[in-house]
Amino acid sequence: MDIWQLGLASQVEHVRTKAVSAEDVASAYFERIEAVDDRIGSYLRLDREGAMAQARMVDEQVRAGRDPGPLAGACIALKDIFVTKGVETTCGSKILEGFVPPYESTVSERLKAAGAVILGKANMDEFAMGSSTEHSAYRICRNPWDLDRVPGGSSGGSAAAVAAGLCGVAMGTDTGGSIRQPAALCGVTGLRPTYGRVSRYGMIAFASSLDQGGPMGRSAEDCALVLEAIAGRDPADSTSLDEPVGRYQEACRTGFKGMCVGIPKEYFREGLDPQVEAAVRRGIETLAANGATIKEVSLPHTEYAIAAYYIISPAEASSNLARYDGVRYGYRARDASDLMDMYCRSRAEGFGSEVKRRIMLGTYVLSAGYYDAYYGRAQKVRTLIADDFRKAFEDCDVMVTPTSPVTAFKLGSRMSDPLQMYLADMYTISCNLAGLTGMSIPCGMDGQGLPIGMQVLAPALGEERLFRVAAGYQRLTDWHRRWPEVAQAQEAE
Amino acid sequence: MNDELLAKYESVIGLEVHVQLKTDTKMFSRSRAAFGQEPNTLTDPVVLALPGALPVVNRKAVEYGIKIALATHSTIHEMSRFARKHYFYPDLPKGYQISQYEQPLATGGRVEIWHEDRRSEIALTRIHLEEDSGKNFHREGVDESLVDYNRAGVALAEIVSEPDFRSPEQAVAYLRALRQLVRYLGICDGNMEEGSLRCDANVSIRPRGQEKLGTKTELKNLNSFKAVKLALHYEIERHVALIEQGGEVVQSTLLWDAAAGQTRVIRTKEEAHDYRYFPEPDLPVLEVPRPWIDEVAAHLEELPLDRRQRFVDQYGLTDYDAGVLTDEWNLAEYFEEVVRLGGDPKKAANWIQTELLRLLKEDGRSIDEQPMSPKVLADLLARMASGELTGRNAKVVGERMYQTGRTVDEVREELGIRPPERDESVVEAVCRQVVDAHPDETARYRDGNKRLFGFFVGQVMKQDRNQDPKLVSKVLKRVLEG
Repeated sequence: MDIWQLGLASQVEHVRTKAVSAEDVASAYFERIEAVDDRIGSYLRLDREGAMAQARMVDEQVRAGRDPGPLAGACIALKDIFVTKGVETTCGSKILEGFVPPYESTVSERLKAAGAVILGKANMDEFAMGSSTEHSAYRICRNPWDLDRVPGGSSGGSAAAVAAGLCGVAMGTDTGGSIRQPAALCGVTGLRPTYGRVSRYGMIAFASSLDQGGPMGRSAEDCALVLEAIAGRDPADSTSLDEPVGRYQEACRTGFKGMCVGIPKEYFREGLDPQVEAAVRRGIETLAANGATIKEVSLPHTEYAIAAYYIISPAEASSNLARYDGVRYGYRARDASDLMDMYCRSRAEGFGSEVKRRIMLGTYVLSAGYYDAYYGRAQKVRTLIADDFRKAFEDCDVMVTPTSPVTAFKLGSRMSDPLQMYLADMYTISCNLAGLTGMSIPCGMDGQGLPIGMQVLAPALGEERLFRVAAGYQRLTDWHRRWPEVAQAQEAE
Repeated sequence: MNDELLAKYESVIGLEVHVQLKTDTKMFSRSRAAFGQEPNTLTDPVVLALPGALPVVNRKAVEYGIKIALATHSTIHEMSRFARKHYFYPDLPKGYQISQYEQPLATGGRVEIWHEDRRSEIALTRIHLEEDSGKNFHREGVDESLVDYNRAGVALAEIVSEPDFRSPEQAVAYLRALRQLVRYLGICDGNMEEGSLRCDANVSIRPRGQEKLGTKTELKNLNSFKAVKLALHYEIERHVALIEQGGEVVQSTLLWDAAAGQTRVIRTKEEAHDYRYFPEPDLPVLEVPRPWIDEVAAHLEELPLDRRQRFVDQYGLTDYDAGVLTDEWNLAEYFEEVVRLGGDPKKAANWIQTELLRLLKEDGRSIDEQPMSPKVLADLLARMASGELTGRNAKVVGERMYQTGRTVDEVREELGIRPPERDESVVEAVCRQVVDAHPDETARYRDGNKRLFGFFVGQVMKQDRNQDPKLVSKVLKRVLEG
């Protein structure tokens, strides 16, 4: 078996024990990226130089007998939403083309401090707005399982890179499902931590009260390893939680026996693909057959979640994106006649259509006279949704639902219908609104050989519960171990 | 405009004062805050609103906010919230200002002021914390503008008064009182020219006796006490003229053009910004728990009016003198230091007011910009009290000390001023000499023309300026009448 086919934990173990050098691991990935990524488009940019320098440093530490860190040699694809000092960061947008940050995000800083090697910046929907990565201003990203289909989004590049074996693990962000939905569509494991569990400093803001970064990997264990390294209070992010970091790797070993799994009935209604439903129900049966108690629960306000989300997130986005004005950095329209012209044209030319749509929506709902009817109301709905979960979690430890109502759809099939695109997040959005943590794990394949994801939800700071269920389930199944054909292409050639 | 016309109307004025807080770092970042540095040297990712940067509240700025709230008897809210105020302008890096909107730090305070020898109380609507903007520079004849972000993000407290002022002068008195207050609290330089204290005013007029308020206009760019006064007078007259001519005031925002001496409309109500306020999601609720407030209160600086009263009670000064000495915190500190070092309070108060303040006024300097330390002034006062320096010499020596910063002895040496002659026989010898030299005057004096005594004192002093006039008088009397 090649090194890239091993799980992250065992790759790190190999590096730490000198069985393989970090430099060799990184080189192996770069070779694969060169061979495969032209067809996928998971990376926007590689940082070969930085990665190899970091790998050599890790190897030196190993040779010198020093601890190279818990992520020694772990090769990571970083969603292009995390700023990286000296390495261009665009957030998938033309408006940030050529922007080279002078500072490092807390997440990438912690990853590097733990010995990780950042291979490059992963493709994404512009400013993380989208569910297919088709809104990337730079390149199409394809689903490794079917190159005519989307990888999901907005962390589609990260998911595709993991699925195709083009990184050991990837970092994504999740505002309404942007880690879990692409993880489901690409057949990988993706964790959205509790809001505030991982620092947002240096993570380009989309909707500040909903954004959260998290790992996407080949297994729950790999995600646990990464989360332990990046989670925790950051004085630079006032919304980061000052709570002890959980023992996620240990939780992976604990198993789910005796846990109560809630099944929210509102998540199995119209709009759900029967094949997806069947796979998720089989997943639930597996849990039941191995010591979990299953219980139906109800989340009565579920149907309002999308509406509330598409008021709150654009409102915050319209504000967060006001800084891209062409004055200090990023794209500036040429030959503007005056200040207003410079603003209007820089933003009109620099932003893509979906981003502009959301800026318009957000600006509208915050306007005088509309604020109470929209933003104020949406916040009340948010509270009701959080209350639903609070009550439901009195009766269960975790909930299991489908991650996405459908498997990967065809490229271009939803681009002309934003509402249809928004529905891709119908099962993931409530988690963000209610401040929960959620994970998507592969639980099957549909008739066309496309992966199906199962979502596990837990109350705030309940990551250990997710790892117990997910890792336990992954010991019983092999859905997460499968590789798409394209991943093997290198050897075939 | 004639006074009679003006007298028909009552003006109603409210002020919004921005106090730049003297914190080392900015309101929401660790970037240093300072005035007069090279452009764009006081920035960081947060100040420049780089992608991914996040604000963190400066605890010191909150403490300073608490101080103002305490000093103005405001109600401090244990939970307040930051909000985003949106508008596009190059000096506003994020496209929004982080301010406080629906839930400010404090509400309902009051400030006592003295105006036209009457004490009045001005009600405060609210005090909230926010961040400053950068500065745009438009150069004449150049087709581009430059922006300096050094000021961007500097901590501000905004103090909003109720429309409690009935004249521009009263508004200025309030502004002076506020400046005195923030200087006493040590939280702001209060320098209007440098912009560390800034003022916007809103003003309306109504016929005397009418309850209903008139349409108000808002004045900006009032960057001196004089500007506040002139702009308000100008605007009141403009309102009166409009109404007298049968027109009406249009709700609008105007800029005071100090050079032209007039206000200019920058936007009307219809063109007003929609700031699209919403709670700042990057910052949790600002918690100011009771123990923190108590802690700040326990160490709160003595307030101007309290100090004034204490000077009366403790040092036996008149209220007027206490008022002069406490007007500036630095001066009050200086005075008390002189007293602590042994200066007699009343003599010190007297000397500071008649000599030091006169000299400072002549030079246009402040108490901190002159070299005479409290220690040397205390020494000077002590030498006067012991009679070692005559009043006249003390004045000469003191002035020289003020100019040079030297000690009493150094100056006396420099000017050749010896201590006055104490030996009566020596003084008597001089007196006799003078008396002998003026036989006519002596005869007239002895005949009863007692007014000539002054002439003799003058003549004796002329022989040697360095004599104690009291001792001279005593001895001379004996010699003349002897």
